[in-house]
Amino acid sequence: MIRKQSARTIRLRRLLVFWSAIACLRSAAWADGPQATPNIFAPASTPASSILGLSWFVLAITGGIFLGVGGMLAWAIVRYRVRDTDDGSEPAQIYGSTQVELAWTVIPILIVVVLFLTTARIIFAVQDAPKPRAALDVTVVGHQYWWEFRYPKFGIVTANELHVPVSNTRAPQPTYLHLLSADVDHSFWVPQLAGKTDLIPNHPNDTWIDPLHTGLYVGQCAQFCGVEHAKMLLRVYVESPDDFAAWVKQQQQPGNQDPKVAAGRHIFETQACTNCHRITGTAATGTFGPDLTHLASRATIASGAALNTPENLHAWIEDPDNLKPGALMPAMQLNGEQIDELVAYLTTLH
Amino acid sequence: MSAIPVSPIAEPWHLPSRGRVGMYSLIIGETAIFTIFVVAYIFYIGKSLSGPTPQQVLDIPIFNTICLLSSSVTIWLAERQIDRGKMRAFAAWWALTIALGVVFIVGTGIEWHKLIYQDGLTIRTNLFGTTFYSLVGLHATHVVVGLIGLSLILLFTLTGHVREEHSERIQVFALYWHFVDAVWVVVFTVVYIVGR
Amino acid sequence: MADQTLPIPGSIDVTPQRRSPSLLIESLHEWVVTVDHKRLGILYVVYSIFFLLVAGAEALAIRIQLAWPGNHFLSPQVYNRMFTMHGTTMVFLVGMPILFGFANYLVPLMIGARDMAFPRLNAFSFWLTAFGGLLLYYSFIGGFGLYGMGNAPDVGWFAYAPLTARAFSPGHATDYWALALIVSGFGTLGTAINIIATTLSMRCRGMTLLRMPLFVWLMLVVSGLTLVTITPLTAAQIMLVIDRYLGGHFFDTQAGGSAMVWIHFFWIFGHPEVYVLVMPAFGIASEIIPVFSRKAIFGYPAMVAASVGIAFVSLGVWAHHMFTVGMTSVGNTFFVLSTMLVGIPTGIKIFNWLATIWGGKIRFSTPMLFCVGFLFQFLIAGLTGIMLSVAPWDWQLHNSYFVIAHFHYVLVGGIVFNIFAAIYYWYPKVTGRMLSETLGKWHFWLFAIGFHITFDTMHFLGFFGMPRSIYTYEPDRGWNHLNFIISIGGMIQGIAVLIFAWNLFHSYFRGKEAGNDPWDAWTLEWAAPSPPPEYNFATDPVVRSRRPLWDLKHPEDPDWKYEA
Repeated sequence: MIRKQSARTIRLRRLLVFWSAIACLRSAAWADGPQATPNIFAPASTPASSILGLSWFVLAITGGIFLGVGGMLAWAIVRYRVRDTDDGSEPAQIYGSTQVELAWTVIPILIVVVLFLTTARIIFAVQDAPKPRAALDVTVVGHQYWWEFRYPKFGIVTANELHVPVSNTRAPQPTYLHLLSADVDHSFWVPQLAGKTDLIPNHPNDTWIDPLHTGLYVGQCAQFCGVEHAKMLLRVYVESPDDFAAWVKQQQQPGNQDPKVAAGRHIFETQACTNCHRITGTAATGTFGPDLTHLASRATIASGAALNTPENLHAWIEDPDNLKPGALMPAMQLNGEQIDELVAYLTTLH
Repeated sequence: MSAIPVSPIAEPWHLPSRGRVGMYSLIIGETAIFTIFVVAYIFYIGKSLSGPTPQQVLDIPIFNTICLLSSSVTIWLAERQIDRGKMRAFAAWWALTIALGVVFIVGTGIEWHKLIYQDGLTIRTNLFGTTFYSLVGLHATHVVVGLIGLSLILLFTLTGHVREEHSERIQVFALYWHFVDAVWVVVFTVVYIVGR
Repeated sequence: MADQTLPIPGSIDVTPQRRSPSLLIESLHEWVVTVDHKRLGILYVVYSIFFLLVAGAEALAIRIQLAWPGNHFLSPQVYNRMFTMHGTTMVFLVGMPILFGFANYLVPLMIGARDMAFPRLNAFSFWLTAFGGLLLYYSFIGGFGLYGMGNAPDVGWFAYAPLTARAFSPGHATDYWALALIVSGFGTLGTAINIIATTLSMRCRGMTLLRMPLFVWLMLVVSGLTLVTITPLTAAQIMLVIDRYLGGHFFDTQAGGSAMVWIHFFWIFGHPEVYVLVMPAFGIASEIIPVFSRKAIFGYPAMVAASVGIAFVSLGVWAHHMFTVGMTSVGNTFFVLSTMLVGIPTGIKIFNWLATIWGGKIRFSTPMLFCVGFLFQFLIAGLTGIMLSVAPWDWQLHNSYFVIAHFHYVLVGGIVFNIFAAIYYWYPKVTGRMLSETLGKWHFWLFAIGFHITFDTMHFLGFFGMPRSIYTYEPDRGWNHLNFIISIGGMIQGIAVLIFAWNLFHSYFRGKEAGNDPWDAWTLEWAAPSPPPEYNFATDPVVRSRRPLWDLKHPEDPDWKYEA
């Protein structure tokens, strides 16, 4: 059932579509959808598109000012160079001109008024956009140096990879992100999906994305948070409704209990791993580190610092400092065999 | 544009005294520091997660305040005396100013002793403790610095080094003391009236 | 320019013959105990140039690390110390001291005074600043020694809480940062008070406020602004030290404290601070551009009004550094407006400089080359600033390399270019010798080319999503080539600065004799000998207009006929 929308909501929505259309026209040169480069000129989501539309407008104005004033400056330094044939006299001394000075005060004021009003409209359109009923809620908790994602409606807790359903302009299904921090300031930035919003301890924030194309979008933490700030990477998978539903179902399962790797599971449950990590269906309920219940379903480990391969997992468990110096996980002091069994177990956690 | 040119040597040429300008500038800078501490204090009113609240432990320091504010009056009287060359009256009022300032500091010490040992409020107890001791302590530090300056001047007066011609400099120093008292008005209002 | 020795009262040196210090130790002693504004000015500038080279080396280390993805030139711990120290050093140990150093040297000369209002405070302030800098750099060897760079600060020059809390920054890195800057901050405060008192109370006869050189005006405004700019940082740093050492909770989010409070307080300092840095550069441009265009500055009263206006408005824009922290839409909108408004008086200044050049006879000596570079670059920097003031766009660009490009465009393309211009312009006055024009032109062109290679390119890194403060980056994000190009530009700038340092040194011994007034300029400092005697002017000058030397050189057409 579609809720009856107020006139203001309809106007705001039209405004967003208008600016997104401007952005899309301009972005025609770039391919829509996911890119290897997290390029702000290739938006794939409504807030990013409306920002881009506004940006083109601002760029046009500032570009014009640059060409105008810069042009006059270039002209002046060429035209008024002293020539070799100069007689050494001083040029006419002009101390000021009220009309000219008034003109170049009033015109900038007018430009500022125009820029300000267009900016203000987009601020309100993006920040105060009314939340549709169908929106998905995700809580994001920033840690040193990884991302925790919770889906309260589905009872899922995962880490470092955010999966969201694709939205569309007719019946939008945005994802609303509630941003918290467990320690210091962080910032959630996936340029193709939205502007960044900070995660500040004791100061919850909210932001939203409305991705219109499926695919993988990359980003990373954008507020210096300590030694491994550079390796707090983000991967956002925008999926079709069916794929997303399948992913949710898989994440809701408890941890895989393959009897072939029982030895590895035993090591996990009896070593210090349980202090920090959680795997549902086992005795491990730690929350300081990422939830590992579906570790094998993720493409990377250590928040993107390395690909999720058995070799990397082995190296990571042996000494995290090798892959990510300064990471808060200590070396687990296990011998090679123990780590092999542990890795064999962890790779079954789809 | 030009009338009959007046030779600039004939025009009167008055510039403000550099001591006064310097002291006012210092006061502006110090005001900015205190403003930040006051803003932090106001922001954190009511936000402590635990521990004693202002209502529970703060007694309004009326007597201390009267002493400190009176010291502004006595220092002003002292300034008037040195302006007229009355050095002994100057020294008397000056000494009284110091005495009132000392009473204020001792009173603050007594208040803090009670807060720490009886009420268990220290700078690390809660947000109220942190902001209270920081703000009141910053002010008290400025009072102590002022008292040191005042005492040095009293010493120089008693040994005959301060004379009528130093009246202007005395007034510049007194500006600092007036500033310290004005800050107390603000701190007192914020901590003991608004914050309670 | 022909050396014009003018019959101006005060240009005669009547210093009695003095035995010059024969021993090095005597000479050093004189420098350490001096209260002469000229010597203190030179001390400030030499100190700053030393730290410019140090911070420049830190920048080159950063650029080598970032030239390739996955580089291991610097560990993350060392890298984080490098960028923190680079920023902190450039702002507090280069930018502030060199500009206050110029003010120290020039303001008394320009207003016809004998010295600053408080010479001993002047010396005390310098040594406080110097000691603060030494304390900051002691951190490299303090603590656990040289491996891992000791306890050098590694929390960013902005030192956001709660990263700076004991819990997240054990060790003394943050303490060095806070304490060193508190100490040098008091030094800055002292100099600001001194400049205000000097400017208001020590002007020579006839020099009304509206006849002061614009450099003096800008230093007056900057000093006033400093009083309310540095002090919030000092207050916040005291709070940080209370948190770390006395168990306070100002920024302790576990106890109900607020990280936002630090962010607000820091930027309440941080934004006006950049105006404190840039406005002396405006003053330098306002002195040099007229002389090399052979015209009076266009619109002097408007320049004064714009400077005062900028100072006031700059106090109300700080949260444009905070568009992403989660302020309300109304809050964000307010700061968009105030930030755009501060662009208006700034733009007016650019127009005034343009109008000064217009219709003039431009001589492209090295000082003017650097000023022309400043004009173009500051225009661009202002425009990228307008882009950043558009909050939604800032939601993308904040904390990205676009911001780094923008503020380096202002700091290097604007301020450093003008500092170079100032040194080429006033070095003859300070030393009595000209800097080499040939080396100067090499310096300018190499530096300008390197600057543009680095910082023009850097804007695009921001557009492509690269955040700042990262010690390395993923190889598949399209940032590799741009980073490499940027690093090459950095090397070129480094070479240019070395040429400059050599010019400074070599010309001291072999430079052409300058005389009083090598540039045919119009303000009072050019009436004194080069270098000026300790007392500056033998008799107090008397002025009747903004350009006293123009009046003397053009008695048939003096300025005071045209000034209102």
